[in-house]
Amino acid sequence: MDLLEYQGKQLFARHGIPVPEGRPATTVDEALDAADAIGYPCVVKAQVQIGGRGKLGGIKVANDKSEAREHASNILGMDIRGLTVHEVWIEEASQIEAEYYCSIVFDRAAKAPLVMLSTKGGMDIEAVAEEDPDAIATLHVDPLLGFQDFHGRRLAFDAGIADDLIRPTGAMLAKLYEAFVAEDAMLVEVNPLIVTPERKLRALDAKVTLDDNALFRHPDSAALRNPSAEDPQEQMAKERGLTYVKLDGDIGILGNGAGLVMSTLDVVAQVGGSPANFLDAGGGSKADAIVSAVEVILSDDKVKAVLFNIFGGITRCDEVAKGLIEAFDQIKPTVPFVVRLDGTNDKEGRALLAEANLPNVHTEATMLGAAEKVVELAR
Amino acid sequence: MSILVDENTKLCVSGITGREGTFHAMNNKRYGTNLVSGVTPGKGGQDVEGTPVFNTFHDAVAETGANTAMIFVPPRFAADSILEAEDAGIALVIAITEGIPAHDELRVYNHLLGNPDCRLIGPNCPGILSPGKANVGIIPASFFKEGNVGVVSRSGTLTYQIGNELAQSGFGNSSIVGIGGDPVPGSSFIDIIELFEADDETELIVMAGEIGGSAEEEAAEFIAEHVSKPVVAYIAGFTAPPGKTMGHAGAIVSGTAGTAAAKQEALESKGVRVGRTPTEVAQLAAEIAGSLKA
Repeated sequence: MDLLEYQGKQLFARHGIPVPEGRPATTVDEALDAADAIGYPCVVKAQVQIGGRGKLGGIKVANDKSEAREHASNILGMDIRGLTVHEVWIEEASQIEAEYYCSIVFDRAAKAPLVMLSTKGGMDIEAVAEEDPDAIATLHVDPLLGFQDFHGRRLAFDAGIADDLIRPTGAMLAKLYEAFVAEDAMLVEVNPLIVTPERKLRALDAKVTLDDNALFRHPDSAALRNPSAEDPQEQMAKERGLTYVKLDGDIGILGNGAGLVMSTLDVVAQVGGSPANFLDAGGGSKADAIVSAVEVILSDDKVKAVLFNIFGGITRCDEVAKGLIEAFDQIKPTVPFVVRLDGTNDKEGRALLAEANLPNVHTEATMLGAAEKVVELAR
Repeated sequence: MSILVDENTKLCVSGITGREGTFHAMNNKRYGTNLVSGVTPGKGGQDVEGTPVFNTFHDAVAETGANTAMIFVPPRFAADSILEAEDAGIALVIAITEGIPAHDELRVYNHLLGNPDCRLIGPNCPGILSPGKANVGIIPASFFKEGNVGVVSRSGTLTYQIGNELAQSGFGNSSIVGIGGDPVPGSSFIDIIELFEADDETELIVMAGEIGGSAEEEAAEFIAEHVSKPVVAYIAGFTAPPGKTMGHAGAIVSGTAGTAAAKQEALESKGVRVGRTPTEVAQLAAEIAGSLKA
């Protein structure tokens, strides 16, 4: 999961990484209380996960209460590239002498965390990497050893950090690494990491991605919500424990196993269709999970036809058939369904469907045949 | 021959007393796999349908000579169980568990680098089937027969789909290896392709990849330099949108990296033929097999 800026900063603060003082607010009144408590000038920052919010009017400095009111009421509810702002972060204004960049990413190819540091902060780091790759110092850390002082020194010297900040920068990176590991992060990024006129380092922004699989160890993080980022269908699917990704098309897709579902999307596209979603019902799906899944798929009113593509291993085809029959009983779908069942208990599953004789449900023997049929029906 | 699991496999199942663990352990045993023991802390001395249960892997190895472990415990205990199996001297650890934290996988992977005598397959994988010899995991074995096509895949059900298409074209398999869909798999395409290259029975290799990471690109380089046998590839996720995790934790396109198109190009530039659908993979395999016989 991706954290909002302020959630990331609160996480940083817990690990001793210096951040400007601030408070979140969801209404103009809350924002004004926060601004009064922090003092002026302060900054009103839209909390959405979009790069370049500032240029789009999502970050404004308020020199007094009336400006804070004006900015908060403009920004709350604002649409930034399709995302609605539900929350702002009111933060003390910082004075900036220099802008650095640092990050730690979970490098899958190297099977080790990759730490990056640069004096070219405050801009798009991918552009820096392209134009001036030498400006970014990088280093892999052995995850069994952890981050050592020398790692910090090497990075700071390599990046050309100012002499008086070599040691503080190393210490900052050590804390960032500690946060990366302790919080089960896949990414922590500070851009910019600023130097104040007092020669102090501060994280002026925070980008944090946490590992969904590790949220059981972090109940506080698991409880964080980001209402603006979640599509209503995706939210509904999440609450029901289904893996669902919304897409743009009009053919609802349900399959078991991520690879097979991805492959199904490709095959549907190849025969001229446009999938409305990715939905992995998972291994060992029981009938009630199938009912839930059908509800999620049909809650997208663009869906004109639905394809079930099941190759049962752990999943039993008779359970899938029972689920579909139950879904027809409860939801009474009006769009056509195409069903392909293979694998564990496929004969039983097909027999159940034949017996139920559901309206507008077509069975197909192969994945390709099923894809062609559903595309035809969606036309 | 076949690779990794066969008639010499002596299997010990971690989590054998759980519902899923029992079901699949017994399924594997019925297939003919030599299931010798199970491990569940606190249940040592019991048995599951005649298979003895031990408190630790060390006891299971000492008492039953287990050389292969299957990990079937929940995600929060799985990394620990893998490390225990390795510490007890198990040579092959097959981790079925889905949802292990990525940092746990990272620690396990880097620790196992120090032990060349232990190989990890998975996690988040369907296991390994060597038709006619042994099945360790959750692959529905009835769909596959003995033969000369080695299959290695990041996805479970996609493996069944491709295996089924191959079977319908008349092919059997030497071994089918699921390496799993997680960001840090214990074994890569390269590790398994290397074993298939050295296996007498395997004449053709099919690899099924998907979006995310760079394992397919790395495999392409390896195949060009070290593999004499023909390889047919499949990549799932051509139509996946960037920035979205498609079910598998490892399946995510970041920017332009990890796309299916980039993987296809990398493989084709090294002479590996890529099927656009599972059906096309079987057709390509049939073409190549035909030319091998000619």
